Amino acid sequence: MIGAFVIAFREVIEAGLIISIVLAATRGIPGRMRWVLLGVAGGLAGAALVALFAEKISDAFEGSGQDILNAAVLIVAVLLLVWHNTWMSKHGKELAGELRAAGAAVRSGEREAAALSIVIGAAILREGAELVLFLYGLVASGTSGADIQFGAVAGIGAGVLLSAVTYLGLASIPSRYVFSVTSVLIIFLAAGLAAQAAQFLSNAGVVDVLGHTLWNSSGLIAENSWPGRVLHALVGYTDRPTALQGLVYIATIAVMIGLMQWSAADQRRAVRAA
Amino acid sequence: MSRLSRFLAPAAVLLVAVASARADDMPVIKVEMRDGVILPAVIEVPANTRFKLEISNTGQSPVEFESTELKREKALAAGSTSAIVFRTLDAGTYQVFDDFHPEAKATLVAK
Repeated sequence: MIGAFVIAFREVIEAGLIISIVLAATRGIPGRMRWVLLGVAGGLAGAALVALFAEKISDAFEGSGQDILNAAVLIVAVLLLVWHNTWMSKHGKELAGELRAAGAAVRSGEREAAALSIVIGAAILREGAELVLFLYGLVASGTSGADIQFGAVAGIGAGVLLSAVTYLGLASIPSRYVFSVTSVLIIFLAAGLAAQAAQFLSNAGVVDVLGHTLWNSSGLIAENSWPGRVLHALVGYTDRPTALQGLVYIATIAVMIGLMQWSAADQRRAVRAA
Repeated sequence: MSRLSRFLAPAAVLLVAVASARADDMPVIKVEMRDGVILPAVIEVPANTRFKLEISNTGQSPVEFESTELKREKALAAGSTSAIVFRTLDAGTYQVFDDFHPEAKATLVAK
């Protein structure tokens, strides 16, 4: 029972931490709950489909289908997070209520909420397929006892609860600072996802450069230990990063900061002109 | 969103083109996973060449073949078989485990 609890809990928080950060980062966007629920539903449906067709997906592209799908899902999530942070450095202050004229933010908020919905769907799709396989296996095998099934359900509940606590913790940050905090979190989150995508592309043989390992910190924080897993979900920690992963990580951070500076400067010009 | 999709579509086409331009003639190494056991306990694979690791879950419960050293993972429902293709692997010993049965461990030796 403990085993099932731990596995279900772990898989849920991997997606749950991402979702709670994205939710905190989009506080104040009107009508976002509809999009959030749409993202969750779409992600779950996608995860079920991936689990159902796991063998077919895996055999696609000469056995690289799973890697390519994972990379594609992650790249979509990264691009939307980059776009989110860029948009937020322009409209964050309006949403935080510092500026009276929130009109522009409200008008383009719908698009922003749609992007958020896709990020949530991607996070669930990416992490959820394994959980679906695991849970379906428990039910379908018919050999697992009620205590194991209870453990898995309790694990999901605990994972959702921890994600909710994380969201409430972030949401309790005063609105003047909350978007600064979430912007920083999202920069590292996106960099981590981009580095993972790079690894999937090298596994698939699409990218074939910079494959050597930069360092090995598995003695310090092993990637499959609890701290390792949480750091992996939040900032993309890996105990044996390749040079390609390191490069993509740094490049993603640099591009995001650059775009945010440019967008914030653009907004200041617009305010002065008005 | 249309600007974004204009950017994504060529990227997807590129991925498909690169990935499908490869032939399917490589050694296949079979691994069996059964409810917390990985067989063989020492998986011997060729170093520095392409090969396919064909994993079968012959047990009653789902398994997840995983190696943090190899940066690979694959979840398998009971009764299913799937493969991981390795492009090239340096000679050496790598730890693998079943992420759904933490007690199940094996080593993969490339030479």
